[in-house]
Amino acid sequence: MPKWILGMVLWFGFGQALLAQNVEILTFEQLQVRIANQKQEVVLYNFWATWCKPCVEEMPAFEKLALDYREKGVAVVFVSIDFKSKHAKVVEFVGQKQLKSEVVLLNAPDYNAWIDKVSTEWSGAIPATLVVKRTGKVSKFHEGSFTYEELVNFIKPLLK
Amino acid sequence: MKKVCSILAFMAFGMLAFAGIEVGDFAPDFKLKNIDGKMVSLSDYKDVKGVVVIFTCNHCPYAVLYEDRIVALNSKLKGLGFPVVAINSNDASKYPDDNFEGMVKRAKDKGFNFPYLHDESQAIAKAYGATRTPHAFLLTRGNSGKFSVAYIGAIDNDTENTNPDKTKYIENAVTAINSGKKPDPASTKAIGCTIKWKQ
Repeated sequence: MPKWILGMVLWFGFGQALLAQNVEILTFEQLQVRIANQKQEVVLYNFWATWCKPCVEEMPAFEKLALDYREKGVAVVFVSIDFKSKHAKVVEFVGQKQLKSEVVLLNAPDYNAWIDKVSTEWSGAIPATLVVKRTGKVSKFHEGSFTYEELVNFIKPLLK
Repeated sequence: MKKVCSILAFMAFGMLAFAGIEVGDFAPDFKLKNIDGKMVSLSDYKDVKGVVVIFTCNHCPYAVLYEDRIVALNSKLKGLGFPVVAINSNDASKYPDDNFEGMVKRAKDKGFNFPYLHDESQAIAKAYGATRTPHAFLLTRGNSGKFSVAYIGAIDNDTENTNPDKTKYIENAVTAINSGKKPDPASTKAIGCTIKWKQ
């Protein structure tokens, strides 16, 4: 292989690595401010963790939804509840999976202080998803996994 | 006005409540296979003030983080009249670590000093309304021999076990009960793995 191709490949590879997300660490209050000021019309806040198998399994459905419905003002934020001490692991995971949607790490270990503020319907099991429509501040919540079709049906009522 | 608000809030909460038992309800009895092969029932516990029922499993990292703490909890609370009973309700077909052999091995490896019961049909998790692992139910034994629910929720507020000033919900609840008071809080929420239901 000519050296310049190798160089291109390396450069492109590093470029990709540089583009990988740094995964911002937020307190619960900071997350609340984010939700209150969200720019997109409908945002899905998906609570997950790197160790949670059903969470990881449903991520492609969320990524596809964010892509397919981007023009309708839909976005996804993956809210990792991995411990703050596992931040590097989350960053590595996000890079490996090439996640396009924003990923944040929620540093809020006193769970009982905030779970009800996300939704009183939430028992605390993950995956769990909060959908917030900016206009009118309408929200919907679901504890459990989603398929792509279920996700579409779940957010459809909020898209008008 | 404040009163109206709280009544409305109470009604809203009531409507959201899902199946399962709540604080103040009688606790359903169970008869499940222990890791030693013998059957264990709640009604077997006659000489106790109560029982700490904890839904847990082998594979969930958050359940694993609590294993040593549950052993310590049983050591401490058994003497106060509240022994621990752990129950695994996960569908082992999807999570092989959570099968009966896995339970026997984990209990041996970690030195479980309490029964670790297999709720293979998942009926008991459903009857209690357990949704995640770990998910604890503190029960008190009444004079009639029936058990009532005194507290539902987390074991403490520090899953990672790094905060020396953690709030030990279950221990505090037992202390309250043993001094004639009601646990406060009587319920808490925590992040955990979903119980893996059969489909």
